[in-house]
Amino acid sequence: MAIYKLRTPISEEDVRKLRVNDTVYLTGVLVTARDAAHRRALELRKEGKQMPVNLEGMAVFHCGPIVEEADGGWKVVAAGPTTSSRMDMFEDEFIKNFKVRVVVGKGGMGKKTADAMKRYGAFYGALTGGAAVLAAKAIKRVKSVEWSDLGMPEAMWVLEVKDFGPLTVAIDAHGNNLFETIQNNADEAKRKIYKKLEL
Amino acid sequence: MITEKAVENVAVKLLQLAVTELPQDVKEALRRAYHEEENAVGKAQLKAILDNVELAEKTGAPMCQDTGVVIFYVKAGSQVEGLDKVEEALRKATGRATREVPLRPNAVDPFTQKNTGNNTGRHIPYIHWKVVPGDTIEITVLPKGGGSENVAALGMLSPSQGIKGLKKFVIDTVINAGAKPCPPTILGVAVGGGADIAIKLAKEALLKPLNQPNPNPELAKLEQELREAANSTGIGPMGLGGKITVLDVKVDYAHRHPASYPAAVVFQCWAARRASARIYSDGKVEYLSHKVA
Repeated sequence: MAIYKLRTPISEEDVRKLRVNDTVYLTGVLVTARDAAHRRALELRKEGKQMPVNLEGMAVFHCGPIVEEADGGWKVVAAGPTTSSRMDMFEDEFIKNFKVRVVVGKGGMGKKTADAMKRYGAFYGALTGGAAVLAAKAIKRVKSVEWSDLGMPEAMWVLEVKDFGPLTVAIDAHGNNLFETIQNNADEAKRKIYKKLEL
Repeated sequence: MITEKAVENVAVKLLQLAVTELPQDVKEALRRAYHEEENAVGKAQLKAILDNVELAEKTGAPMCQDTGVVIFYVKAGSQVEGLDKVEEALRKATGRATREVPLRPNAVDPFTQKNTGNNTGRHIPYIHWKVVPGDTIEITVLPKGGGSENVAALGMLSPSQGIKGLKKFVIDTVINAGAKPCPPTILGVAVGGGADIAIKLAKEALLKPLNQPNPNPELAKLEQELREAANSTGIGPMGLGGKITVLDVKVDYAHRHPASYPAAVVFQCWAARRASARIYSDGKVEYLSHKVA
C-alpha cells in the first residue's frame, strides 16, 4: 500500500507502477466529465472533430461540481465524485481514443473499463464519495469550462489541482479490480447471512 | 399570522442548514463508525468523511456537490391560514437557496434534458403534506442525492414468503447496490400498503433519528437483524471494504392487500442531510434539527 504523488501529463510507466490499494495524490490538470460529456466527446471523435482540450496523460474526473462566478472567473465550491458505473458504457473508448491515464470517481467500474485500463495503461482512483469540500480544497483554479450548454453538472470543467486525493487505486493497469473482489466476497458472505437468518 | 415570506425564509435557512451541517445524531453515528471500523481503507474513507463534514460546517459550503432533489415534508396545523400559499413559498425558497447557498441545479426535463437551473420544475420540489391539529407549520427538508436514490428497490414479493422474503430482498438489494449509494448508508425499509405506499414509507423512515430505537420491539429486532446482516457483507465505507456498510436501518409498515407483499428499500448516503423547523402562529421559529444562533 504505497503512496505516490503524480503530476500530469502522466506516463504509462508511472501508471504501471501502481497496484490496487496504493494511494495517489494528483497534481496538474483534471477534467470533469459525466455521462453527457463522455457522449459528446466520443461523438466529436466519430465526426473527426477536434476536442477542446488535449486529454493525453491527463486525469478525467466523474464529477458534476458546484461552481460559483467570482472575480470574473469561476470558483469551485464543492466537487466530490459521482457514481462511475454510469460511464462504464463509454470509458473503454474514452481511454483508447483520448489516452487519459487516470479516471477518478466513486463506486468502481466494470470489466470492460478494467480491460481497457490494462491494455492502454490507465488506473481508476476512488475518491471518497460526498467529500466534496475536501476535494474542492485541492482545486486551485478553473482553467476553462467547455460545453457549458450541458448545464453546470454535465459541462466539462478543466481544473488545475494540487495534491488532489487521497485516491485509492481501485483498478490498476494489471487487471486487478478491488471493487470486483469486494463484490465477489459479498456474494460469498450472502450465503452465510442467509444461513444465519434461516432464509 | 404565518406569512408567505416567513415560510420562504425558513425554508431557505433549512436548505442551507441541511446541506452544510449534518444533524447531531448522524455526526455521532459517523464518529462511532470511524471508531468501530477495522479495515484500513474503510477507516481512511470515514476519516475523509469526518474531515469533510467539519470543513463544510466551518466554511459554510455544501458538504457534497450533489445537493439533491429537494423534498419537503410539511405538517400543517389545521388552524393555520393561508396554507394555499405554502407551496409557492417553498418553490421560491428552493430557487433562492440555489443561488444563495449555493445548491447545484438538479432539475432536468426528462424529455429535453434541459436543466431549469434553479432546482424547480414540474412536481419539483416535491411536497408531502400532512394536516395536523393546531396552529403551527412544521417543515422538514430532505435534499435527496442521486447516487443513493438510483439503487432504491421495490419488490412485489410473494405473501407466502412473508418476513423471510423481506429479509432476503433487503440483503440482496444492499449487496447489489454495493459501493454505489456512498456507504455507510441508512436504509429505509417498508413493507405493505401498495407499491407507492411502501416506497413513500421507506423514504419517510429516513427522517427518523438514528439514536432512538424503534418503539415497536418486533420492528426494533428486525432493524437490528438487518443492520448486522448488512454489516457482514464486507462492502464497507465507500464500498472499498470494511465492516460498516450501514449506519442504521429504519423499518416501517402498512397493512397489506391479502394478495400483495410490497417491500421497498430506499438508501440514504452517509451525507444524511435533513433539517426541520416549526413556525408558530406569532411568527416565532423553532429549529428542531440544528442549533441556530
